[in-house]
Amino acid sequence: MTGFRIKNGGLIDRTSELNFKFDGKSFTGHQGDTLASALIANGVHLMGRSFKYHRPRGVISAGSSEPNALVELREGGRKEANTRATMIELYDGLIAQSQNRWPSLDFDVGAVTSLASSIFVAGFYYKTFMWPKSFWEKIYEPLIRKAAGLGTASREADPDTYEKSYAHCDLLVVGSGPAGLMAALTAARSGACVILADEGSALGGTLLFENEEIAGQSGFEWSQSVIAELASIPNVTLMPRTTIFGWFDGNIFGALERVNDHVAVPAPFEPRQRYWRIQAKRAILASGAEERPLVFGGNDVPGVMLASAMRHYSNRYAAAAGKSVAIFTNNDSALRTAHDFKQHGIHVEVIIDTRKGGRILNVKGGKGVAAIDAGKHLIACDAVAMSGGWSPIVNLMCHRGAKPIWNESIAAFTPPDVGAEFTAIGSAAGHMLLSECFADGVRAGTMKGKVPPAPKCRDEAFAIQPFWWVKESTGKAFIDYQNDATAKDLPLAAREGYGHVELAKRYTTTGMATDQGKLGNVNAIAILAEASGKTIAEMGTTTFRPFYTPVSFGAFTGPFTGRHFQPVRKTPLHGWAVEQGAVFVETGLWMRSSWFPKTGEDWLASASREVKSTRASVGLCDVSTLGKIDIHGKDAGIFLDRLYCNTFSTLSIGKARYGLMLREDGIVFDDGTTSRLAEDHYVMTTTTANAARMMSNIEFCHQVHWPELDVQYVSVTEQWAQMAVAGPKARATLQKLVDKLALNDETVPYLAAKAITIMGGVEARLFRISFSGEHAYELAVPADFGNAVARAIMHAGTEFGIVPYGVEALSIMRIEKGHVAGGELNGTTTAGDLGLGKMMSTKKDYIGRVMAQREGLVDPQRQCVVGIRPVDHTMKLRSGGHLLKQGDAPSMQADQGYICSVAWSPMLNMWLGLALLSNGRARHGEIIKVFDGLRGHHYLAEICDPVHFDAKNERLHA
Amino acid sequence: MLIPCPHCGTRPAEEFTFLGDANVQRPTSLEDPNWNSYVYERDNPRGKIDEFAYHSGGCRAWLVVSRDTKTHEVFGAVIAKNFKRKQKS
Amino acid sequence: MKYSVFSLLKNSLSGHKNWTPAWRSPEPKKEYDIIIVGGGGHGLATAYYLAKEHGLKNIAVLEKNYIGSGNVGRNTTIIRSNYMLLGNNPFYELSMKLWEGLEQDFNFNAMVSQRGVLNLCHTDAQRDAFARRGNAMRIDGVDAELLDREAVREMYPFFDYENARFPIKGGLLQRRGGTVRHDAVAWGYARGADLRGVDILQGCELTDIQTENGKVIGVQTSRGEIKCKKLALCAAGHSSEVASMAGLKLPIESHVLQAFVSEGLKPYIDGVVTFGAGHFYVSQSDKGGLVFGGDIDGYNSYAQRGNLPMVEHVIEAGVAMIPSLARVRALRSWGGVMDMSMDGSPIIDKTSVHGLYLNAGWCYGGFKATPASGWCYAHLIAKDEPHKVATAFRLDRFRRGYMLDEKGQGATPNLH
Repeated sequence: MTGFRIKNGGLIDRTSELNFKFDGKSFTGHQGDTLASALIANGVHLMGRSFKYHRPRGVISAGSSEPNALVELREGGRKEANTRATMIELYDGLIAQSQNRWPSLDFDVGAVTSLASSIFVAGFYYKTFMWPKSFWEKIYEPLIRKAAGLGTASREADPDTYEKSYAHCDLLVVGSGPAGLMAALTAARSGACVILADEGSALGGTLLFENEEIAGQSGFEWSQSVIAELASIPNVTLMPRTTIFGWFDGNIFGALERVNDHVAVPAPFEPRQRYWRIQAKRAILASGAEERPLVFGGNDVPGVMLASAMRHYSNRYAAAAGKSVAIFTNNDSALRTAHDFKQHGIHVEVIIDTRKGGRILNVKGGKGVAAIDAGKHLIACDAVAMSGGWSPIVNLMCHRGAKPIWNESIAAFTPPDVGAEFTAIGSAAGHMLLSECFADGVRAGTMKGKVPPAPKCRDEAFAIQPFWWVKESTGKAFIDYQNDATAKDLPLAAREGYGHVELAKRYTTTGMATDQGKLGNVNAIAILAEASGKTIAEMGTTTFRPFYTPVSFGAFTGPFTGRHFQPVRKTPLHGWAVEQGAVFVETGLWMRSSWFPKTGEDWLASASREVKSTRASVGLCDVSTLGKIDIHGKDAGIFLDRLYCNTFSTLSIGKARYGLMLREDGIVFDDGTTSRLAEDHYVMTTTTANAARMMSNIEFCHQVHWPELDVQYVSVTEQWAQMAVAGPKARATLQKLVDKLALNDETVPYLAAKAITIMGGVEARLFRISFSGEHAYELAVPADFGNAVARAIMHAGTEFGIVPYGVEALSIMRIEKGHVAGGELNGTTTAGDLGLGKMMSTKKDYIGRVMAQREGLVDPQRQCVVGIRPVDHTMKLRSGGHLLKQGDAPSMQADQGYICSVAWSPMLNMWLGLALLSNGRARHGEIIKVFDGLRGHHYLAEICDPVHFDAKNERLHA
Repeated sequence: MLIPCPHCGTRPAEEFTFLGDANVQRPTSLEDPNWNSYVYERDNPRGKIDEFAYHSGGCRAWLVVSRDTKTHEVFGAVIAKNFKRKQKS
Repeated sequence: MKYSVFSLLKNSLSGHKNWTPAWRSPEPKKEYDIIIVGGGGHGLATAYYLAKEHGLKNIAVLEKNYIGSGNVGRNTTIIRSNYMLLGNNPFYELSMKLWEGLEQDFNFNAMVSQRGVLNLCHTDAQRDAFARRGNAMRIDGVDAELLDREAVREMYPFFDYENARFPIKGGLLQRRGGTVRHDAVAWGYARGADLRGVDILQGCELTDIQTENGKVIGVQTSRGEIKCKKLALCAAGHSSEVASMAGLKLPIESHVLQAFVSEGLKPYIDGVVTFGAGHFYVSQSDKGGLVFGGDIDGYNSYAQRGNLPMVEHVIEAGVAMIPSLARVRALRSWGGVMDMSMDGSPIIDKTSVHGLYLNAGWCYGGFKATPASGWCYAHLIAKDEPHKVATAFRLDRFRRGYMLDEKGQGATPNLH
């Protein structure tokens, strides 16, 4: 318990008292604190345990790069694992738990692994756990999985909501430190549309905590005046708490706005987070630089922190990390640290500067700093501030493949040149002096014309001499804190052949933790380079990829969750179907009426009754989901001839024809009925599943292949309600609705297609076509009339006992009739396979004609559609059973085909199916073995003609 | 990625459906030996490609987008009909 | 040096200073009997089996970057043998059997973990398709189980069963499916091949293929000219590019597939699960990250990175399947270049150029195939005839009309 609250100063509101709990223990903090600063102020340094060795760990940074102080925040469905204590804004009632420890953070049994750390070096697991073989999955792996991972995710649904939003701007400024503020202000004053985003809870960047002098004011005062001016300009959008997490093609930036993470629960109707896609004409990277740790023994002991983080905590949050601090540095920033600490009354015990030969070999103390071993003697202290130099935060600029460039003079990687759309300024560009930041800012913010002057400021000394690793360290020296990768792991990787920076990363896991190597990677690269005899520039970096910091799934999902995952399409007859008690089924995005149960009926009883009633009298089915495409133009017939394998230009006006369409590879694409309503007007129907693809295919064929054809087309799927009226009493039922037209075989013969009016003037299209095999019609009316017309049909059919029937009954009837549908049109069958080979014209070119003639597509052994019935008529057929010759042992080689579609036939009182069977048309009558290993039964079945019912089509023409 | 649709202006790529190399040419004769090549074989360039793109979420026109497959840089887009006309001439 | 707990203990005593490289970094020889282009999983496995199973020695693997820098190092690590076509599944089942003995065979722990692959279904039609697929597996002795909704719920009670737009109706489970530590596969094969004399040439990029009278005689590389008797292409997403050096045009387009990993979590999902009403599949690595992916971005690409629309599309599906994922965070995304073939199935074949062999077209299913691909490719190269489980992977199947189209999407690579 060495940290404490400094008496004065800071940006916290000392009048507020916020209560919070960490690991069940109660603490208080102030508005303006983070969880990390409040814990430090309460004397708590131990905040987490590391991944492999379960070493006690404290906070090391004050920002989003934090690898150690990760907690489970909140509870229940709102619990979030791995949340950085450094980024959690304190609120009253906050509850957090430490993670990856058992039974407690203070006493963690997992720490025994560190006893075996001499074995647990990089990649040790690739060399062992192989014997005995069965032990991996039964013993080793479950233990490893249990020990691995960090926090525990909730398994309850998240009660909060998320939003997605889109923004466009002239200039996006990423980061609101001195350079970013200056650039945004300059651009905003010139009238540009500016978005200024910063991941911090407040705008200002380093000016929120560093002591600077700008234009005669303190840095903080200056920043507040600039922010106030920006806020007053209408063309400026200020976005604090917003992390730009990725840069994508088209200068599009992904951003996460933490709208309500700083409160316990979002207010009603407010989202927790908002995901943004920002399309910027130009963007500026002003993300600043990240301080690097030094690599020395015990550099992970709680209380060892980045010097800038310690300044951040003391200056902004009035939270001192210790009373007596040792500073370890390779650069001039130690002076600033010492100066700030003295102001706060924090004793600077010693400054150890590597440039003067100073070294820390080890930090003494387990869960807190007790002393440092500086070589000759131990120096007592309770915190260590370290500074290994600064790395420009180049991540975003490297998200599209460019690699950063090593700059020896500042000992850091600087951003690549990625063009004028996205440029880096200030310390993100490696310009470490405040005056440079301002100069960059005004230049980059000038949209056109003369660059205005930059404010005057005082520069802090920045001089560095790279120093990477205290090799004489007597304790473990960590590079990747969270993953417990030590300095020794990298030379080991190089020794074993994993010397490429990407291989070393993968072998040692350096840089693969939740901080993605923000703090450790440059140190790792330098040490690896030395071990491999290369320069740092030659070694290069690993690949920077999104996300800059991790982004919640919820944010990417926005409102599209649960039942709103995808939109629901309802047919124009949906209301009618609901009235009729329909049970609906998801068919793509559509909700289709599946069956219409009466009290006590299950789906099979209901569907069976619907079939029987329809075949006995009349039934009404909603077929509105079928794709409908209106085709006009003088070349419409020729166009259809080229699309379909059969001919449509010869179709008489007022007639419908079944059409079959192939893909260019000769396989069947889709089928449906197309009718000719006028010389230059056809109406095409497609299957429900292919409606959209068919439309784009038609557009492709016209626009790309045959633009010379005079033809226009439009999807009218949603404009027309369409219903099938089927059964012996279909005509009598419809007659009651039709205006001035006597329905008979002369006026409306089989395959007639007619524009008519019904119910005293409602425009309608009447088709005498049948999928059920009954004397049947399809009636199309404008969508808005759908429900009313369906009700009228039901009313008209009452005297005949009309029933509504759903897709289950539809499916039964089509299988009884051997009509092919989705189960058979599976994207691998030819017209011949479906028994429709004769439809393929030999007199014209059409899509798929040539490729359909390939050897493999006309192979007599191809599987083609047959009917199938169990030999034992009481037995149930199931889809997906495979077919074997009797006597053949099961094998893929012996496999003859499979059952595609099955139905219980109420007409034949048995299960029927359609199957695809090798050379099936020649095998009607054969008894075959059905292999259904999945459901554990095998039985005999008879192959037959696919038309199970009314083979002579007597009912159709009745 | 942004696609400059000649009808709709610059639009996000998710409004489009892509269909590969636009330089393939459907043979006009049934005897042409290039049917297999037309249906199956592609240059698959690493670099500049002329690619079919259907503005399914917009004007529903088939376009040919000129793009770099290494960098995703988009150079422009034309109406497929015009691209094909130019290709033929 | 054999890897074992004993060698680890021994080396720990000397501070791990005495480990030798897992593979050498040799200078290219002037000539090899066989050159394999591509130091990914398939190329290294091919070299390993050529040396181990066929006793061939004078072999080089050319890798333009570092070994495993392509798709073997950037996939979602899933293994399964749940295909339904005769031309496919016996091959993938051979692969599964090789996975099952791989670590002991090449003395490297690749963490082969058969925790099950579960495909969810949401409609009757999907269930019928799974029944067909599952029975195709069963008929050949491969394990498959058809689960109903309650059986799925028992395995994964925290999925969305009550509020889903597309309710889960069941699933097809292959218990022998699972995951493997992907990088370790490349490393294990590289080490095993190197031990048997194979030269692994990293940083060696193929720049041209030399032929004479329709026969391969050698290659130009970034490290100079190298002669060879046989040249075996194994370049995944870059297959079209390298094949074009020999004048070949392939039935392949290259597309980007993104994949993702979440922050590390305590055990959350045991096996691999695929969503059936959107593009999302997920498993959890031994390290704790949820490894997940969905679909290719849809446009031709060699960029190894994708864009936000697909990120949103995939993660929306993930949360639809598992609502509690909303508060889990996506840590990193990456992309691989997929050699999407015209029927969704691969090619392992000779070419019209004598001595030139082709292994390509793996779409996004290459990782699980790694051992069998190496095994069968080695067989083809060594014996000049296809292995019996790879006879359908011929280049002329398109011309002849014997496509291997599991999905029935036809010659539209971005739909496979």
